[in-house]
Amino acid sequence: MVSETIELRGHIIDSLILPKVLDQILTRGANFKIREIKIGKKRADQSFARIEVSAETSDTLDELVLRLRQHGAEVAERSDAQLAKAPANGVFPHDFYVTTNQQTFVRFDGKEIEVRPAMMDSAIAVDRKKRSARAVKFFDVKKGDEIVVGHQGVRVVPVQRATSHTDVFQFISTTIAADEPKSAVIRELARELERARTTKGKIAIVGGPAIVRTGAGERLARLIELGYVQRLFAGNAFAAYDIERALFGTSLGMDSEQAFPGGGHENHMRAINIIRECGGIAAAVEKKILTSGVMHACVRYHVDIVLTGSIRDEGPIPGVTTDIVEAQKIMRDKLADVTHALLLGTVQHSLAVAAMLAPTVKTVCVDIDPTAVARAVEHQPFQSIGLVTDVEPFLRELTDCVASSETAGAPLTRKK
Amino acid sequence: MRELLLCPPDHYGIEYEINPWMSRARGAEAAVAQEQWKGLYETLSKLDCKIQLIAPQPKLPDMVFTANAGLTVGKKFIPSNFRHKERAGEAPHFAKWMEEHGYEISWLPSNLYFEGEGDALFGGDALFCGYKFRSDIQSHRAVADMLGCLVISVELVDPRFYHLDTCFCPLPDGAAVWFPAAFDEYGQRAIREHVRELIDVRPEEAAHFSCNAIVLDRDIVLPEGAPALVASLKDRGYRCHELPMTEFLKAGGACKCLTMFMPQREG
Repeated sequence: MVSETIELRGHIIDSLILPKVLDQILTRGANFKIREIKIGKKRADQSFARIEVSAETSDTLDELVLRLRQHGAEVAERSDAQLAKAPANGVFPHDFYVTTNQQTFVRFDGKEIEVRPAMMDSAIAVDRKKRSARAVKFFDVKKGDEIVVGHQGVRVVPVQRATSHTDVFQFISTTIAADEPKSAVIRELARELERARTTKGKIAIVGGPAIVRTGAGERLARLIELGYVQRLFAGNAFAAYDIERALFGTSLGMDSEQAFPGGGHENHMRAINIIRECGGIAAAVEKKILTSGVMHACVRYHVDIVLTGSIRDEGPIPGVTTDIVEAQKIMRDKLADVTHALLLGTVQHSLAVAAMLAPTVKTVCVDIDPTAVARAVEHQPFQSIGLVTDVEPFLRELTDCVASSETAGAPLTRKK
Repeated sequence: MRELLLCPPDHYGIEYEINPWMSRARGAEAAVAQEQWKGLYETLSKLDCKIQLIAPQPKLPDMVFTANAGLTVGKKFIPSNFRHKERAGEAPHFAKWMEEHGYEISWLPSNLYFEGEGDALFGGDALFCGYKFRSDIQSHRAVADMLGCLVISVELVDPRFYHLDTCFCPLPDGAAVWFPAAFDEYGQRAIREHVRELIDVRPEEAAHFSCNAIVLDRDIVLPEGAPALVASLKDRGYRCHELPMTEFLKAGGACKCLTMFMPQREG
């Protein structure tokens, strides 16, 4: 979707030029937003309208604007973005422009350049020599960097909602409540993941400990085995409980095979100790000490694991990044080529990842807490589905769907 | 008494083709054109008006169509910026003449095409302006700025009626004669909203440039070939003077195109 701002001046109301221009925009499949309008008060007074015109392609837009120029529309003069120098390392100038995760362009020397990457809650640093603009976080900025201030010369191009329904994500930010049926959506989602796998999309799982504690870890491990997961983002606890379950059959002492589990709180401490002793998760897999579970599947099927620490962690397990700023950098880096994100049973981790996702990433958030679901999907207004449910039945049904189509079709060997 | 500017057709001829009426192959009969122009001059002379003549210039055959010289309001003259280079040479001659006769010359920016009274006609307190084939709509805004009046811009859609004065003629009683199909839908609506009463011209009569009429109070000078319109105008109490205009029609002009009001409206 591309847009251009046009201006109309003159007796555009009496001459019906304004309605004519608006009608022409719509009849050519484009859209408009009236940004400003001033109607002349006296009969001889002229009127003014500033209209943002948006179309699917730049060719359509150019052709349309050319036609509108015949009726007096003038392309609004655009001004360059204003820049100010960062006063110190890690400090932005006052009134710095705060980015969204939408595609953004800044104008300088009369030309527009795209801000890369499209990253939320950042500032925009412009390099005049390289003619480049990048989104920068606090830790990226150096004293004297030129940072965009104010809104002038900044253009945001929101991801547009698709007009035809071709897959489960084409609905606008759908949330399925706890008491609504989910099977049809999960089936559709399974088809979408199959398409993603075929087209070499990158699927990321953001997982909370609830996956392991509810006994859904085996389902997730199965998804990994079938080649549906390329990245795993989790915390120290997720890994610890998963490894505890693999080594001792419990997670935080609970045995999901028993109807009323209890006891065994020390198991997770022992599990962490074993991994520390091995020198890491991969090493434990290598030594055949860790032989099942999600972490094991990740190592065997070459899933990128991004483990980050939190204040409550024990250990941590080797490989967990405990420096928050460093963890943010790694997460951003590992999310750059992700096409699908499944945020499963974790509020804080899901929100952190959702804020880093490009608006084009198709996102599913599953949580028992409706507020957590609502907060996560609001970052992705056009490409997200929220399901308010326990994560275990979700993963069970999803895995069954993809596994059944796997046995129905020609099985693929994905073991590497 | 109204004052009119005319230009004798000494150099008139079809020397280029800049509208669908013109055909160099067919050409215009010089002697017949002279005779028809004299007929117009004599008819106007007998009516309540004063005629001024500008000297025709060689290689500017369309200078005879003085309506396109510019727009005169009060003592202000806005010269045309012709779209076609074939006619651009007329502008300095008209501007010089007007200046010598005491008019203040107000040039439009040179990038805005505007073809004078041919595309700008007062009806009531509004100045109706045609655009697309010859004048740009952007020029209308500049004219509105200069004159401080309401300008109704209407799009012309039939290339045969490439100037407003070929399809629209306001009358002093607040009505107007028009050929609606020459305008787009929005132009038609805008005219309907700003003109008290409209007299539709039949397509076959419009093709004789019946709308290209000079209105001098109760006298209307128009080309032959519009019996229905003439009957309608007579019913409204106008005296119609029908003149042969065949040779000028070959260039896409008729009575009104051959005259410019000085001024069209008092300032």
